[in-house]
Amino acid sequence: MANMIEINGVEKHYGSFRALGPVSTGIAEGEFFSLLGPSGCGKTTLLRLIGGFDEPTLGSISIGGADMSGMPANLRPTNMVFQSYAIFPHLNVSENVAYGLKRQRLGREEERRRVDEALAQVELTGLGPRMGNQLSGGQRQRVALARALVMRPKVLLLDEPLSALDKKLREQMQVELRHLQRQIGITFVLVTHDQYEALAMSDRIAVMFGGEISQTATPKDIYQSPSSRQVADFLGGMNFLTAQEVRTAGGQFSADLPGIGKVAGKLTSAGTTGASPVIGIRPERLRIVWEGESADPVINGKVADRHYFGEVTNLAVEIEGQEKALSVVETNDFGADDIPIGSPVRLTYDRDAFVYMPS
Amino acid sequence: MSGEVSRRLSAGAVMERTTGKWLRSDAGQGWLTISPPFVYALLLLAGPILVIIANSFWTQDYLTIDRTFTLKNYREALTEPIYRDLLFRSLFVSVAVSIVTVVLAYPVAWFVSFHGGKYKGIWLFIITVPFWSGYLLRILSWKVILGFNGVLNTGLQYLHIISEPLSSLLYNVNAVIITLAHSWAAFAILPLFVSLEKVDRTLLEAAADLGDGPVRRFMRITLPLTMPGIIAALMIVMIPTVGDYVTPKLVGGKDGVMIANAIQAQFGKAANWPLGAALAVSTMIIVGMLSGAMVLLLLGLKRLLR
Repeated sequence: MANMIEINGVEKHYGSFRALGPVSTGIAEGEFFSLLGPSGCGKTTLLRLIGGFDEPTLGSISIGGADMSGMPANLRPTNMVFQSYAIFPHLNVSENVAYGLKRQRLGREEERRRVDEALAQVELTGLGPRMGNQLSGGQRQRVALARALVMRPKVLLLDEPLSALDKKLREQMQVELRHLQRQIGITFVLVTHDQYEALAMSDRIAVMFGGEISQTATPKDIYQSPSSRQVADFLGGMNFLTAQEVRTAGGQFSADLPGIGKVAGKLTSAGTTGASPVIGIRPERLRIVWEGESADPVINGKVADRHYFGEVTNLAVEIEGQEKALSVVETNDFGADDIPIGSPVRLTYDRDAFVYMPS
Repeated sequence: MSGEVSRRLSAGAVMERTTGKWLRSDAGQGWLTISPPFVYALLLLAGPILVIIANSFWTQDYLTIDRTFTLKNYREALTEPIYRDLLFRSLFVSVAVSIVTVVLAYPVAWFVSFHGGKYKGIWLFIITVPFWSGYLLRILSWKVILGFNGVLNTGLQYLHIISEPLSSLLYNVNAVIITLAHSWAAFAILPLFVSLEKVDRTLLEAAADLGDGPVRRFMRITLPLTMPGIIAALMIVMIPTVGDYVTPKLVGGKDGVMIANAIQAQFGKAANWPLGAALAVSTMIIVGMLSGAMVLLLLGLKRLLR
């Protein structure tokens, strides 16, 4: 499938400061694409460049095969859901949603049909006459979404649309947004700093640091085989291990980890060998071996700390030879929440659980 | 006897205690804080207005005032053609001045608010500079600009746009409107600037995102959202303009005379306070009604801009 959005060597400078870039990537038609990164990483800047609110200093962006250089936001086939929602306070919900349709001169009937359809899509039917400044956060978010969707854009841009909502509503909206995107099939570009949001909603994620994209991959690939220490650390927890003799050959890596032993695994993506590689393991891939159980391989350690999180407990396990205590996430079904601090503990892992990060 | 005294004392003590308590309450503190300006306003604002209203129902009897109630003054104020003409002219001038002022002030306020950047404060400061000189000086300088051999006429002659000085610049209604529009400029710019500052810039981006170019964005977002500022600016300019009598006297000539000049004459040379008072009260009521009508008209206009 042809890419809906092509980003070619785009950079944005403010004076002598380079806020973004160079960034090159393609976003497929009908794809749910997320830009994920900490604040200040340039993700919102990139989204604004796609939407036409700023012009790139260098490089070009094309949407639907057409070069967008010099084209202002009002002429682009994109619509945006703003972080603050930007609901027009002097208009009611229907008028807000109809705002962009007005200049298309659809006729009163057609316009009303389209507005009602959009409001139904975001489950706000009947809220049309409510004024923009009399809405709750969740409702404002839905109005902003309906106002953009009613334009039937080729690309919908979402600038941290869920960050102002409380946790419960946010999770509900994640499911709804994903569902809506599948239903209408247009390209969504989402900016977020919330890793779970990105993992739960996206087809692909671009992780950004310091104005550049570090890795672009599916949520599963990003989580399971992060391309760098930075990416791994940003998405969930990762134990970075002290390693000796890290070797790569024939699509495989092997390493000697003090206190753990020799481990090996597959190099997940091509050309990912680096000068200063790091070996890691996700906390949930380490399991406790309970008394009476037998397991192979086994690591012996000592519980240094314990944090209770309701359904799981996070244990810090010290292992001889490893500089940092290993973080272990264990469900509370077998009493992980009752292990005394200081007591010895045995851990096991699947042999494919180790991750090789090139840098 | 002694019982009586002690009872009085205790009643006094109770009263003192309750007053003390009331003075320390929020409401009491509030009243205490506003009472000096409230008394001041009552004495210097409400008092004179009441005196004027009372006078308007009395009659001037040579040197004394006949205090029997009469509506004769109002009949004269409202039916006498000269007063009616003057009142209409005043209303026309004030509406014209306020509209001209706001139309000229809006772009200035818009520029400072949207493109002032870090120099906003300096821009606002520069706008107030003309107000460092006296009101009369500013009017007289317009005389210099608009006069027969004034700056404008000589300038236009020098540029060969006109061959003879225009006499239509000074001593007429136009001169009054130009002078007043300049006098009130800062008073219109400031409320407009404040309302423009409050416009959330993201709303303009959202409007652009939904397909509106700069002109439509202004008409559909900026203008309706700054309507309170526009109304405030119009009222701030219009209401005092009706009562201005210095400017018409200095630059208005015989065609520029306004109702306030007639009112001033009745309180001065003509020595007919009751008639002057009736004229003043009538003007006040009509200006009030006109202001109300203008507010309603603008709010209706705002509903149309969408």
